[in-house]
Amino acid sequence: MSLLTVSGSPHVYSKESVSKIMYGVIISLIPAMLISFYFFSLAAILLTLTAVVSCMAFEFLIQKYLIKGPVTVFDGSAIITGILLAFNVPSSLPLWMMVIGSAVAIGMGKMTFGGLGKNPFNPALVGRVFLLISFPVEMTTWPKPTEFSTQLTDVVTGPTPLAVMKEGIAAGRDASEVMAEIPSYVQMLYGNMGGSIGEISAIALLIGGIYMLARKIITWHIPVSYIGSVVIFSGILWLINPEIYVDPLFHLITGGMMLGALYMATDMVTSPMSAKGMIVFGIGCGVLTMVIRLFGAYPEGVSFAILIMNAFVPLINTYIKPKRFGEEVKDV
Amino acid sequence: MKTFKIGGVHPPENKLSKDAAIEVLDIPKTVYIPLSQHLGVPAVPVVKKGDTVKTGQLIAKGEAFISANIHSSVSGKVAKIDDVIDTSGYRKTCIIVETEGDEWEPDIDRSPDLKEDCSLTPEEIIKKVQEKGIVGLGGATFPSHVKLMVPKGKKADILIINGVECEPCLTADHRLMLEKAKEMLVGISIQMKALGVEKAIIGIENNKPDAIKHISELASGYKGISVESLKVKYPQGGEKQLIKALINREVPSGKLPIEVGAVVHNVGTSLAVYEAVQKNKPLIERVVTVSGSKIDKPSNFLVRIGTPVSALLEASGGIPENTGKVVNGGPMMGKALNNLDAPVAKGTSGILLFPEREVPRKPMLNCIRCAKCISVCCMGLEPYLLAILADKERFEECENEKIMDCIECGSCLYICPSGRPLLDNIRVGKNKVGQLMRSRASN
Repeated sequence: MSLLTVSGSPHVYSKESVSKIMYGVIISLIPAMLISFYFFSLAAILLTLTAVVSCMAFEFLIQKYLIKGPVTVFDGSAIITGILLAFNVPSSLPLWMMVIGSAVAIGMGKMTFGGLGKNPFNPALVGRVFLLISFPVEMTTWPKPTEFSTQLTDVVTGPTPLAVMKEGIAAGRDASEVMAEIPSYVQMLYGNMGGSIGEISAIALLIGGIYMLARKIITWHIPVSYIGSVVIFSGILWLINPEIYVDPLFHLITGGMMLGALYMATDMVTSPMSAKGMIVFGIGCGVLTMVIRLFGAYPEGVSFAILIMNAFVPLINTYIKPKRFGEEVKDV
Repeated sequence: MKTFKIGGVHPPENKLSKDAAIEVLDIPKTVYIPLSQHLGVPAVPVVKKGDTVKTGQLIAKGEAFISANIHSSVSGKVAKIDDVIDTSGYRKTCIIVETEGDEWEPDIDRSPDLKEDCSLTPEEIIKKVQEKGIVGLGGATFPSHVKLMVPKGKKADILIINGVECEPCLTADHRLMLEKAKEMLVGISIQMKALGVEKAIIGIENNKPDAIKHISELASGYKGISVESLKVKYPQGGEKQLIKALINREVPSGKLPIEVGAVVHNVGTSLAVYEAVQKNKPLIERVVTVSGSKIDKPSNFLVRIGTPVSALLEASGGIPENTGKVVNGGPMMGKALNNLDAPVAKGTSGILLFPEREVPRKPMLNCIRCAKCISVCCMGLEPYLLAILADKERFEECENEKIMDCIECGSCLYICPSGRPLLDNIRVGKNKVGQLMRSRASN
C-alpha cells in the first residue's frame, strides 16, 4: 500500500471553483449579448470580441512577462471583464479605443493590485471611465438600434433616453412632454433604445440575474437594495414634482441601471463581504446614482456611483460585521 | 421543518452503512487502552505490569474533576504500560492487556432484559456515571458526570438528546437508535432524573425516517420525552446549533449550554448511561462505523475499547487498493490517522477510507472575496478574515473577531472555491489566542 496522507479536516470538498463561478457569470451574460448583437449587428460582435481577446491577451502578457507568475487567463475573469467593458460602450466606438480600454481595465484596474481578488475597483468600470474621460465624444455618440444587418456604415446616431430627458428638463420643458420623444417603456424594456451595447435590454439582463441568483453566484442583497433605493429616491421626487422628475420605472430601465445593479455592483471582488454590508453598499450605489443623474453634470451616474462605493468597501467590511452567533443574549 | 439559522452546508450524505446491522467484533489478542480518551486530565493507572484483570475492571482512575475512569475491555494480563501512537497521531500512554478468555466482573448484568425502574437518587446516578467512566460519545468525549451536575446558581430545564449524526458517512448513532431504542429511552429518563428536568427532546435529522418513526412510537410511553425531526444541515450536531434548532435559544459566546438552561447528550451516551446505572456496565465498548466508497463491506461494529483500527478494517473486507487516507471520525471533523494500529478509543465514532483520487484539495488560488465562507459559517464569523489575521500573526485582532467561537466544523474550507486553507490558519490562530488568554489569566 502506498503512503497515507495526513491532513487537517475537512476531508471532503465542495465542487465550487473559481472558474465555475466565472463561467456561470459568462453564461448569464448570453441573453444580453444576443440582444446587443441583434440591435447593433456586426459592430457589437466585433467590439465584444476585441474586448475579450485584448483583456485576455493583456492579462497573459502581464502575468507571463511582467509578474512572471502563474498564468490564469482561462479562469474566466478576464473574459467577464472584456464582455462587461464592451457592454459599457456605444457600438460605434473604434476598435483601437476598445483595445486601450481593455489595457487600462486589466493593467490598471486589476493586475497592478495583484490580479484576481485583489483589485479594489471593478476593472471593467475603470476601463469604461478611462475611455469616457479620454474620448468623451466617441463615448457619448449613441447609434440608434437597428434590425440585424452586416452593414457597418450609415448608422444613425442619437442621444440616449436619459440624455434626452436631462437636456429637455434643463431647457425648462415638462417631463411628460419630453417623454413623447423617447421610445415607449415596452420598447425600452426590450432594448430598443440608444445606449451602450449591453445595457439596453433590462429584460435580458434580468434573465441573466435570475440565473446567477439560482446558481448562488450572487445574492439578492445588492441588486434589491440598489434598485430599491433608486425606486424610493426617484419615487419621492416624482411624487413631489412630476413636471421635472420622471417616474421610477424610467430610471430603472434606462441607462446602465440594470447592468450596474446586477453585474457591476455585485462583482464579488469589489463588493462587501457581509449581507448587511452589501445592503449598505447597494443603498449607497442607488443614492449616488440618482444624485448624479438628477443633479450632476452627466446624464448617467451608475459607473461613478459604483466606483465611489467600491472605495468604501474596506470601510464597510471593517465596521459592518455579520451577526455573530450568541451575540444577543435572549431572555430565557 | 426546524433547523439552525446561521450558516451550514449540505455535503453529500454517503451513509453507505445505514442498513448494516451492528456486528460484534471478535475480541483482539491484545488491546491498547489509552489513559487519555476523554477531554480533561488523563486517568492514573491503578494496575501494574503482570496484574490479572477482568473485563470491566477499573484499571485507571480519573482523579481530577474533569477526567474519567477507565476500565479494562478484556480479561487477561497487563503486559505493560507504555507509549503507543493513538488516533490523535501522538504517542500516548496506554495500558496494554494480553487477552485470556473473556471473564467479566461478576457485578455486571450481562442479560439482555430491559430494566426500566431506577430507584437511585440523582446523586447516586451521577456517582454511578462517574464510576463507570461514561463520556460523551458524540466525539468531544466530555466526561458525562460533569455535564449532569448543574453548577450552583444555574438551572437546567431541558435535556436535549443529540441523534442528529450530521457528519456524512457515519451511521453508528443511526443503528443504535434502531437497535437499542428502548434502552436508550430508559437512559434518557435516568439522565432527566439526575438533572431534575421534566422535558427531553430527541433531535433527529430527517434523512433517518426509520429512526424517527421507531423512537417516536416508543417515546410515547415515556413522560416528557419527545422526538423532533430536523432538516438535514451540517453542523446541526454541534451543541449550540442543535439547541438553536430545537428550542431557539442562543448560547452566548464563550458560554456553555447550561447558560440557557439546556444540557445536551448524545444518543450513544444515553445508552451508555443506561448500561452503567442499570446494568453496572462500564464504558468498555462502543459502535464504530467503517465506511468508504471503495470498501467491500461498509459496516457498524460493536468494538471493545483498545482494539487496533487495523482489526476493524480487516473485518470489513480489508484495505482497498489505492487508499490514500484513513480518517478517524467523520469526513468534516475527523482526524487523519498516521498509524493503522492506533487503538479505538471512547470517542472513535467511525473509520473512513478515502481513495487516493479524493485526497488532494482544490488547487489554491487567490481569494475572490465571494463571501461564501461567511455565509456558511455556523457561528457568524468571517473565516476569510480570521485566516488572514492568523496568517499575519495578528492574534489580538483574531481574538476581537471572536476566533475562539469557531467550532472547527470545516464548512468554510469545504465550500471555498479558491481552495484556501481557511480552517488550517484558523486552528493556528485559535491555538495562539488560547495561549495568550491563558498567560493573561495566570498573570
